[in-house]
Amino acid sequence: MDRGVSDFALRSGSVYALPRGARYAAAVLLLLAAISASLAIGAVPLSLGEVLQALIGKAEDVRQAAVIWQLRLPRTLMAGLVGAGLGLAGAMTQGLFRNPIADPSLIGVSAGAAVVTAALIVFGTMLLPSGWLPYALPLGAFAGSLAVVAIVSRIAMVEARTSVALLLLAGIAINALAMAGTGLLVYLSDDRQMRDITFWTLGSVGGATWVKVAALAPCVVLPLLVTRWFGRALDALNLGEREAAHLGFRVERVKRAACLSFALAVGGAVSVSGIIGFVGLVVPHLVRLTFGAQHRVLLPLSALGGATLLILADIVARTIVAPAELPIGLITSFIGGPFFIALLLRRRQEFAA
Amino acid sequence: MMRLTDLALDRRGRRIVEGVSLDIVPGRLLAIVGPNGAGKSTLLAAMANDLKPAKGAVRLDDKDLQRWAPLDLARRRAVMPQAARLGFSLPVRDVVALGRSPFWQSHTRAENATAVARALHAGDVAHLALRPYETLSGGEQQRVQLARAMAQLDLEDDAARPILLLDEPTANLDLAHQHAVLRLAHELTHRGVAVVAILHDLGLAFAYGDLVLVMHEGRAVAHGRPQDVLTPDLMRRVFMVEGTIISGHLVVRGPLAA
Repeated sequence: MDRGVSDFALRSGSVYALPRGARYAAAVLLLLAAISASLAIGAVPLSLGEVLQALIGKAEDVRQAAVIWQLRLPRTLMAGLVGAGLGLAGAMTQGLFRNPIADPSLIGVSAGAAVVTAALIVFGTMLLPSGWLPYALPLGAFAGSLAVVAIVSRIAMVEARTSVALLLLAGIAINALAMAGTGLLVYLSDDRQMRDITFWTLGSVGGATWVKVAALAPCVVLPLLVTRWFGRALDALNLGEREAAHLGFRVERVKRAACLSFALAVGGAVSVSGIIGFVGLVVPHLVRLTFGAQHRVLLPLSALGGATLLILADIVARTIVAPAELPIGLITSFIGGPFFIALLLRRRQEFAA
Repeated sequence: MMRLTDLALDRRGRRIVEGVSLDIVPGRLLAIVGPNGAGKSTLLAAMANDLKPAKGAVRLDDKDLQRWAPLDLARRRAVMPQAARLGFSLPVRDVVALGRSPFWQSHTRAENATAVARALHAGDVAHLALRPYETLSGGEQQRVQLARAMAQLDLEDDAARPILLLDEPTANLDLAHQHAVLRLAHELTHRGVAVVAILHDLGLAFAYGDLVLVMHEGRAVAHGRPQDVLTPDLMRRVFMVEGTIISGHLVVRGPLAA
């Protein structure tokens, strides 16, 4: 609905005045700029030329190559993948529940994934052969987020319509439950595990490794690939579930596929980086304002935008209090919280109804 | 052809419709009338395949609706809902274009664009094409929904004989548009479309219906040509109003005197 804004945008043509191709190009360039900045900025500042040389294996300084290949590249890739997963998951959740404030972290999906992740951190080494844990984490988190999606959508569906109030209330309940669960796990954990878990609940891409990137990549790429298949179905869902069925879409099947996809994306993201809130809320919203609400455009661009946002947020996280680091979840919440409040203020009338 | 046989329908465990048998004839506009709670919308929901019959069956071309592939069914029948809100803002043109969803693969982009443009004109919403849907009035939104349903009708294929289901298509419209919408629906019957419309206004049902079905307390109490069905006696019995036909127009004079 975004009444004021999109109406304004449509009429005055502010962003719509740019041709579509230019807007796509701008989005891609922004991501490339963020990646370049992320590779160049840090404790050892590098020029773009040095970054490029290191990337193609012609660094003059071995230490520069090490900084790029061992630290900044996996970290940047992980931030990008996590952001892409969260942005995509946000756009999917919103399309599915037909509401722009359905963010995976608000409705408890991220927390569900985090609890399972924390449990695996504490008990995983007892249960699993060593070396399996990095791959078990995304799978466990996927299961956790899937369980939450199932519970939340069961609660919020009333006569084939999703009640947003119920959705958010269910999210509050699940978030509380998950917090208690995480608290209990902290109580049971040793010092090192406790640090890991605390880190997790605030969100960070600091512990990036190539193994984590490898485990995360399919969790983001797979859902991104299937979006091609149900972009149109989500567009039809915009009219309502019954209306989508009248248009020939197998609504139940689409809903199941979308739930699986975004649970995988959220699970993957949370398992490597913890709870990073609001990316899924802010990014699709901005994409809708710039590109419209058609899901074939919205879904891939939300992934792209999420990657850009999180890479930028990570640059801030690791430079603002250098040599220490802020958890990236704090940054996204400081951006996303006010954004959310502004969104609520703008749409009070509608939500109060 | 769509055929309803001895249909019984439940909602939330309550029997709403009982023992309705009916043929939906191509090229005819069927007006369904009846007092509140008579089961009109529930009956339409069964024709739209939203609701599984508790008893009896709804068949299209001798095949149970439940057994139709959703996409094939969508190419044969379109539904205009009573009220539809969007989750996200879309320009009117994109809303109408959603009506072409069943034909994205079977038709070319140009064919689909033509169908959308035609539907926009037919629904008298072409001038609103770029407006965000949610900024329109209730009546305008309803015309957009009608245009969307029309875009879904396959009018090019003469063998298609599509079905158009309209749930109170005139509810939010001003008088001129009430007539415009029903005139449009009636024009579609000349192209082989079977139109089913729930109407509250007996005058409109009389004027535009080729056939009228009167629902009362879940049962079909009368079915036939409007002049045969909408008799003063039936209007008194079912609708509790005094009505007469004056020079070819049905006029409702007011409620029954107590």
